Amino acid sequence: MEQPAVKGQKVAFVKPHVREEWIGRIYTTLCILFLIVTIVAIVYFVASKGLSTFFKNGVNIGDLLTGLKWNPEGEPPLFGALPFIFGSFSTSLLAALIAAPLGCCAAIFMTQIMPGVGRKYLQPVIELLAGIPSVVYGFVGLSVIVPMLRAIFPGQGIGIMAGSLVLAVMILPTITTIATDALAALPSGLKEGSFALGATRWQTIYRIVIPTTLPALLTGVVLGMSRAFGEALAVQMVIGNAPHIPRSLFESTSTLTSAITLSMGNTITGSAHNNALWSLALILLTMTFIFVFIVRVLERRNHR
Amino acid sequence: MQTNGLKVNELSVFYGEKEAVKKVSLSFAPQTVTALIGPSGCGKSTFLRSLNRMNDTIGGVRTTGEIWIDGVNINDPSIDVVELRQQIGMVWQRPNPFHKSIYENIAFGPRYHGIKKKKQLDEIVEDSLRKAALWEETKDRLHNSALALSGGQQQRLCIARSIAVKPKIILMDEPASALDPVSTSKIEELIAELKKEYCIVIVTHNMQQAARVSDRTAFFYMGKLIEADSTEVMFTNPTQKETDDYISGRFG
Repeated sequence: MEQPAVKGQKVAFVKPHVREEWIGRIYTTLCILFLIVTIVAIVYFVASKGLSTFFKNGVNIGDLLTGLKWNPEGEPPLFGALPFIFGSFSTSLLAALIAAPLGCCAAIFMTQIMPGVGRKYLQPVIELLAGIPSVVYGFVGLSVIVPMLRAIFPGQGIGIMAGSLVLAVMILPTITTIATDALAALPSGLKEGSFALGATRWQTIYRIVIPTTLPALLTGVVLGMSRAFGEALAVQMVIGNAPHIPRSLFESTSTLTSAITLSMGNTITGSAHNNALWSLALILLTMTFIFVFIVRVLERRNHR
Repeated sequence: MQTNGLKVNELSVFYGEKEAVKKVSLSFAPQTVTALIGPSGCGKSTFLRSLNRMNDTIGGVRTTGEIWIDGVNINDPSIDVVELRQQIGMVWQRPNPFHKSIYENIAFGPRYHGIKKKKQLDEIVEDSLRKAALWEETKDRLHNSALALSGGQQQRLCIARSIAVKPKIILMDEPASALDPVSTSKIEELIAELKKEYCIVIVTHNMQQAARVSDRTAFFYMGKLIEADSTEVMFTNPTQKETDDYISGRFG
């Protein structure tokens, strides 16, 4: 009498849950497969196009990375991308240099000096900056920053300085938000411990708060830099787009992204010029991977 | 370094309108351990934190009354809290070592009080770690991260850190409640040792611990000081009914 009852019970217990378990499992697996396939496809596509410049069109990889002249339609065609690489690095580095102290200090103010007002009003306002379309930044840069620079410094106002200033404002919310989260996550006991030893608020901030959260603060700066590195439109509007290495911060130059967006529509698929633009995209992609890698290393240091 | 102890006169602490500590008067003699006991929310931790003005760091807290150390009322707004906190050290419930090396954790305080010479700092570090019974365990790895230490070691490091600025009084807010029994007994041994030099005030939820480590016990309830006497009297023959009920576990 007892045995069949136990058996029946077991079956009734197990079956529906096994099904649920499998439905969930299959669904989530499909989602992650879709993501992986997309990423692999993009990387493969960019790499195959970008590398065919060297293998099909016979351009020397060293010439592309170090050449100073970019004239793909000329006779002979020249594929020197160093001005673009230099432009991208210099604008994003300078933008990070301008925005990092601003963002980190704003975060310190919002979390340490006036946490009430900071978290409630200031942070949403700064996050609002992230939602403004980049064309608006470019337009403001073109109509405010460029004329201002032209009035103060020699040259036309366009160039690395204008691009960096626009980018600095664009990446400020990224840096500030990440820095604010990092500072807010600081164990409160650390600050109290420092106060109890007789340290003042400033001593506590620069001796305890900043060193403890430094890896996370740097994560914000690197993420901001990678955003600046990939930004095309706003920079393109204020940088001038002349393909050569400038001798000052106020001289027209170009970046990898602006070179791609300006010429991609005017080239024929499969031509050397088109492939060379894909090579520039490949450089961008590689740099993004390097930025992500740096962030991972910093985060690991942070959790130790 | 000796002190006449600490004398608190009609101390009240307000969180906004709420009176968390109500006109408490209590004295702490040098070279004794005083345990503050009472149910959660009775104001004993708030009282402890007001003794080194840590409540100043929270907005909306008002403290009235007098706290006398060696003839100075430290609850006066004109008192330099930085100077004051050098004289009154504090240890928390959760060990809170800085994310620095063991050496730097100890040297942090003395550096701010003007000690720059490496030799002098070395001496302070060794002396403080010895007093906190941590020297033997850490002398070979002073420059390793303090976060690699166990919870009990971290807590002793925090005690060593507060000793390093040469305080007269040490406040402890449930210093062993986050630790295992072995680490707890080490902390208790340490308190008995430190008593020889310092005036110690300890908040604890553990009745046995209060009975073991303290010379005097003060019972707080609903923000009021109900009774304070020698620990022996408090645990065997308290005069107030609430004290008796709490100590014998017949509470709430």
